[in-house]
Amino acid sequence: MAETPVTYAESDELELIRSTARQFLTDRLSLEVVRELMMSEDGFERGLWKEIANLGWAGLIISEEHGGAGYGFTELSVVLEEMGRLVTPGPFFASSVLATTAIQEFATEEEKADLLPGMASGETIATLALFETPRGWDLADLDCVATRDGAGWSIDGMKRHVLDGHLADKIVVAAAMDGGVGLFVVDSDATGVTVDQSEVLDPTRRQAEVGLDSVRVEDAALLGGGAVDGRLATVLALGTVALAAEQVGGAQRCLEMSVEHARTRYQFGRAIGSYQAIKHRCAEMLLKVEHAKSAAYHAARTTGDDDELAVAAPLAGSMCSEAYLWAAGETIQIHGGIGFTWEHDAHLYLKRAKSSALLLGDPRYQRSLLGDALGL
Amino acid sequence: MADADSERVDSLVDELLETHPPADTGNEKFWGAQYDLGLAWVWHPEGYGGLDLARKHQSTINRRLQEAGASTENRLDNIIGIGMGAGVLVTHGTESQKQRWLRPMFTTEEIWCQLFSEPGAGSDLAGLATRAVQDGDEWVVNGQKVWTTLAQVAKWGMLVARTDPTAVKHQGLTYFIIDMEGPGVEVRPLYQITGEAEFNEVFFEDARVPDSNRIDEVGAGWRVSLTTLMNERVAIGGTATPRGSGAIAGAVQAWEKSGLDDPVLRDELLRLWAEAEASRLTNLRAIEMASLGTPGPEGSTGKLDWANLNKEITSFTLDLLGLEGTLYPGGYQLKPPDYESLTPQRAFLRSRANSIEGGTSEIMMNIIGERVLGLPGEPRVDKDVPWTEVPRG
Repeated sequence: MAETPVTYAESDELELIRSTARQFLTDRLSLEVVRELMMSEDGFERGLWKEIANLGWAGLIISEEHGGAGYGFTELSVVLEEMGRLVTPGPFFASSVLATTAIQEFATEEEKADLLPGMASGETIATLALFETPRGWDLADLDCVATRDGAGWSIDGMKRHVLDGHLADKIVVAAAMDGGVGLFVVDSDATGVTVDQSEVLDPTRRQAEVGLDSVRVEDAALLGGGAVDGRLATVLALGTVALAAEQVGGAQRCLEMSVEHARTRYQFGRAIGSYQAIKHRCAEMLLKVEHAKSAAYHAARTTGDDDELAVAAPLAGSMCSEAYLWAAGETIQIHGGIGFTWEHDAHLYLKRAKSSALLLGDPRYQRSLLGDALGL
Repeated sequence: MADADSERVDSLVDELLETHPPADTGNEKFWGAQYDLGLAWVWHPEGYGGLDLARKHQSTINRRLQEAGASTENRLDNIIGIGMGAGVLVTHGTESQKQRWLRPMFTTEEIWCQLFSEPGAGSDLAGLATRAVQDGDEWVVNGQKVWTTLAQVAKWGMLVARTDPTAVKHQGLTYFIIDMEGPGVEVRPLYQITGEAEFNEVFFEDARVPDSNRIDEVGAGWRVSLTTLMNERVAIGGTATPRGSGAIAGAVQAWEKSGLDDPVLRDELLRLWAEAEASRLTNLRAIEMASLGTPGPEGSTGKLDWANLNKEITSFTLDLLGLEGTLYPGGYQLKPPDYESLTPQRAFLRSRANSIEGGTSEIMMNIIGERVLGLPGEPRVDKDVPWTEVPRG
């Protein structure tokens, strides 16, 4: 299996992206703001999305000819890592990662020119509606179907766990069709579309149920003009790589919070971090976080190589999901009682960690993909 | 600049291969010539087997020599001497000590061993109890060392001994080079849980060391020991390994041979594969960061997770073997190790040492916690106390 040589060192440009992201997020989306947003109806504000778009992030990986910044996954990962540190809410992952990746992967030039500029400018928020059943990450046997209706299509079905579906203007729906699975771009206000926000474990990342009742779309709504089939796995793999970067940021922040607490919290006359019981937990956390980084950085740097991506994405997905969840859990334990309060930030990370570990396939599912790729 | 250095190294390698064609030259003679040209350890100074150049040139030299059919086995055969002893002698040795010992060390005419650990001093090495008492221009050594690799074939041993028991523990130590073939030195094989003896115990009973074999000053033993251990770390760490190599290769082999497709076992296999791969990628990242002069926390975890993983993977490999895992092919023979026949069962047993040897996992986690994460240390009851007053047992 080909193994692309990579460099892990951060170029000046990456460092600039990182420091800009950290600055903006600390200023505009601090944890106090995140807490306000997570208790609000929509979980986000359109005005903030416009600000994010003005930074060039909405179209970070959209090609320059379509109004984006034209960056790749290495740069995207840096921004996501910073977002993960502050459990940033909003449709970045749904629109600027998942929907963008699907459109860039499958759409014709005309479709791209139609959809991407609005997404890059922040005018349009898009999302990807894939899953229907609780562990249906492989998208086999979809109930949602698209049938020929004159020159267009009629779509029926129910999509669940649609990320930020309540904010989306365009919903890219995976539906069974003759010859496989097709991706259809549906306007969220089209006749027959219902969007109901779900009550979610992680209130900083919202989901919706999207019902489609004889929704009529033009022929041009079918991305690429045909079934996408197996290639949908590539989009999910890329989403997994992006999510892994966000998980790394969250896990790193958990480590920092834990170490800080272990240094400054005194019991029995000593900082609790001087006790091996706590010190060793922190050391182990560092180890897991560094492993997660390695897997995520490697994956982000090999997204152009499909064979390697098939290994690197589930590797990153499983390692980063487990590391983040473990780190978030340990963070609560190290903090003791205060860590279990609503007031303390630890729960924001635990909720994000558990939810992220399930979004695109839990670690066991990711490992089964890894095994398939390795022939094991 | 770097180009001029590379050219110089290249032309010296050419010269070595021309004047001493590997096919017609005995190994010891070849290694001697290599030493004389400064190609033994390029980062050391000229005149002592080096050229005062960047360390990276050594891998070029070794590769070229191997391609030309020359042996670099001396680095393994005399791993303690070449890996650690040379750096100690160059840094702390006198002129005559360097001239006496470095060349025959590199040619393997004289094998070296390291006499550090004791039954009562493992993690707390500086608490060691082997005594050296001055007697004229000699020192008389009494005590016991343990876990000594190569002691059975060694000519010289790097010995740390206590010369001032009334001093605080780190300050009362002195470093010597002791003749392993001299009177009063007894080497016994130490049989480990695999039934093999990879290591030895060394007993000293009124063994004598001339003062001219003392390295650095009386009382400087701890400092010299740290140089030794630093060289050990450089010698062990920093090798890029291919994907799927090491312990996980054994597990994959057992899985494929078993013909099983049990989903629980498969998930566990892949979990371990992923852990091993993430560990390998972390090592690659650490090597790159170190080479750029910006080492980060990624470089501190290798020993710790390698030990954990080896234990988990080799244990899981026996699970895959099922009842075959209860067999021990070849039996327990109480003999030197046979590295040719590494069975999964032997690997399982041998891996138990990984989290103990070269710094226990607990000590490694203390180091990460304190030096990398900046957490406060444990309280120390042996601090500022004469060694004689420190509780032992």
